[in-house]
Amino acid sequence: MTVKTYKRKLDIKNGRVDLSHGSGGRAMTQLIADIFHEALDNEWLRRGNDQSAFDVVGGRMVMTTDGYVVSPLFFPGGDIGSLAVHGTINDVAMAGARPLFLSASFIIEEGFAFADLKRIADSMGEAARAAGVPIITGDTKVVERGKADGVFITTTGVGVLPDGLDLSADKARADDQVILSGTIGDHGVAVMSKRQNLTFETAIVSDSAALHGLVAAMVEAGGYGLRVMRDPTRGGLAATLNELAHQSGVGFRIAEELVPVRPEVAAACDLLGLDPLYVANEGKLVAVVAPEAAEKVLAAMRAHPLGRDAVIIGEAIADENNFVQMTTSFGGGRIVDWLSGEQLPRIC
Amino acid sequence: MCLAIPGRVISTTGDSIMRIGRVDFGGIVKEINLAYVPEARIGDYVLAHVGFAISMIDETEAARVYEDLREIAKIESELEPAS
Amino acid sequence: MKHADEYRDGKLAHALGARIAHEAHPTALYHFMEFCGGHTHAISRYGIQDLLPANVRMIHGPGCPVCVLPIARIDMAIRLAQRPEVTLCTYGDLMRVPGSNGNSLLKAKAAGADIRMVYSTTDALGIAEAEPDREVVFFAIGFETTTPPTALAIRVAAEKTLKNFTIFCNHVLTPSAIQNILESPDVRELGRVRIDGFIGPAHVSAVIGSQPYNFFAEEFEKPVVIAGFEPLDVMQAILMLVRQINEGRHEVENQYTRAVKPEGNERAKAEVAEIFELRKSFEWRGLGQVPYSGLRLKDAYAAFDAERRFDIREVEAHDNPACECGAILRGVKQPADCKLFGTVCTPDTPMGSCMVSAEGACAAHWTYGRFRDHARAAS
Repeated sequence: MTVKTYKRKLDIKNGRVDLSHGSGGRAMTQLIADIFHEALDNEWLRRGNDQSAFDVVGGRMVMTTDGYVVSPLFFPGGDIGSLAVHGTINDVAMAGARPLFLSASFIIEEGFAFADLKRIADSMGEAARAAGVPIITGDTKVVERGKADGVFITTTGVGVLPDGLDLSADKARADDQVILSGTIGDHGVAVMSKRQNLTFETAIVSDSAALHGLVAAMVEAGGYGLRVMRDPTRGGLAATLNELAHQSGVGFRIAEELVPVRPEVAAACDLLGLDPLYVANEGKLVAVVAPEAAEKVLAAMRAHPLGRDAVIIGEAIADENNFVQMTTSFGGGRIVDWLSGEQLPRIC
Repeated sequence: MCLAIPGRVISTTGDSIMRIGRVDFGGIVKEINLAYVPEARIGDYVLAHVGFAISMIDETEAARVYEDLREIAKIESELEPAS
Repeated sequence: MKHADEYRDGKLAHALGARIAHEAHPTALYHFMEFCGGHTHAISRYGIQDLLPANVRMIHGPGCPVCVLPIARIDMAIRLAQRPEVTLCTYGDLMRVPGSNGNSLLKAKAAGADIRMVYSTTDALGIAEAEPDREVVFFAIGFETTTPPTALAIRVAAEKTLKNFTIFCNHVLTPSAIQNILESPDVRELGRVRIDGFIGPAHVSAVIGSQPYNFFAEEFEKPVVIAGFEPLDVMQAILMLVRQINEGRHEVENQYTRAVKPEGNERAKAEVAEIFELRKSFEWRGLGQVPYSGLRLKDAYAAFDAERRFDIREVEAHDNPACECGAILRGVKQPADCKLFGTVCTPDTPMGSCMVSAEGACAAHWTYGRFRDHARAAS
């Protein structure tokens, strides 16, 4: 006679994570099963191992990893979960590679609500499925109250490179064209609209999106001419261009009028005294492209839903100072500096 | 100094020192204290600084000054040789 | 955004620049000081200097309340924040301003002080109400534009009989600073700094009106034109100043009529007068002690005064001896004249407030001025 064991379901509605859920025992197994496996479900996770096996496709592979600590956890257009999936897929895609799989590790603060955790896990599952990039392995830890801002997520991604493609931040050359895939500042403003002490009503949503489809179209149209791609996340377009300038030993000259900014984003930046060039994006990319391939790549981008507003904003130039110069809408010039820390709202 | 931007009042609540307006700044709506502009009505433009309206925007004046600017520009373009 | 975007039209700006070039007498020099940091920022950001003829030059003034806050007052704020019971609320601008020993609010926060950035005094009041166990101190800075919001916060705190809300008052007055500059030896006697006219502050004037500037125009015989913050406002004001000089006038004119009335905002002025009184003297970084230029809470509102509640005293503190912020704030020297500029002192590692504040002359030069020098050198 088999002994009936009564397993109480997780009280998703009212329950909270406690230290027992991180201790490796039955509570943890249940948490993983009821929340993570439920949301992320795929053939690998169903096997229930600490690792997952997959066939190596051959050729060169890429691997990337990222930690996600965004606050607030939920914002218009996404949450820490979808952000993590998109962000890591994008880091793989920026190499021109096709993303294959993701891993996800969670550090959860004691007291975190199951309902919120489920919301995040569901969001990750949806994002992964929509992108066609499954999360095939993961880990869970619980730390004491106060030691994590709700939850921290680390995702690692692997992908495969098309033959011969070797994009790198040190490959930009003078005369290369700089293409931006769309409007800047949306994500940063959407997050700020929810952050405490800076709340305002707004219709702006985060642009968080998986860009590997867009990248595939770009590679097909003009992969031979791609020097480097990068997604301008923290620090915004300004940080990315400065990084690339330094790594490639060039300068950039861009035109303010060509950089697309939604009117509401511009208004929010005016309100807070921020410069959109420094505000984070999570669904945009910057591509430095050889002159002979630029138009083809641009056309391919504009034909893709995530690249409709793509535009050439400027070019690389020879400059031993590695300045990022911008001509203003007035025809004057300014240097887009590399900020050392985060841009803070100002009253003056 | 003193970043202040113009916005349009779309609704108000409360009164006196706690009169708050929802103000639309080019698509962004924020709550702004209207204590210092008791004459502000829905549809009016106010100048907001650190969450407080510090003055009204006189739209008649604004239109007049802007017309002046455009006049100057017109005169200048007439003086310039055609390019 | 209506009432803002129209004043950023590049074509109109070029036309105005051409008009200024036409009207400025070719052999005359026109040196105008824009007092207000917001104007410095607009001039830099839009490259307005590039649109002006060579004989019309802008001199950056000290109108940046963050820039002129003395080190000793920053140190006091940090000491307040380090008290375990205190929650210090501050505008973002102050987080990185260097105090003594390279300390700052940002660094103090990293070391554990409860420092919170707020957008408005309303937010600080909200925190005081939500957290009655905390002593909430609001770091109040700013010129006459920013003082009415602080006054209202005190009024609300008084009505709600909040026991845990105080302000650390560093509000300063614009006309006093302008007078100090105009009376300084550099300007008045030695003629080292030539100022032919002033661009008056936009939003300070929205509060105090245009009347307070009449004194300067008459006493020092310099024209004053109050200008809005958008680039076309600034350029139109420059045109008006050029015309005044040409016609031998020295009056107060108002370009920003859409927001500034001669009497300003009476209600705001009344509220401030009710709650604050003049300090006999207040130190301005770079200008030294300026009489009747700073505000403190009246005795009736002593309960909301952090300096009285926490009995903190000013401890004398000095700028880095090589830091030229003082001279730069007075327009006597340029950022490039400072030995520390670009070497020890950069936006990453600011030594003085001119570099920390987004509109400080040194920060502006770093971002925009270097480009001009770089472009000039390259051509």
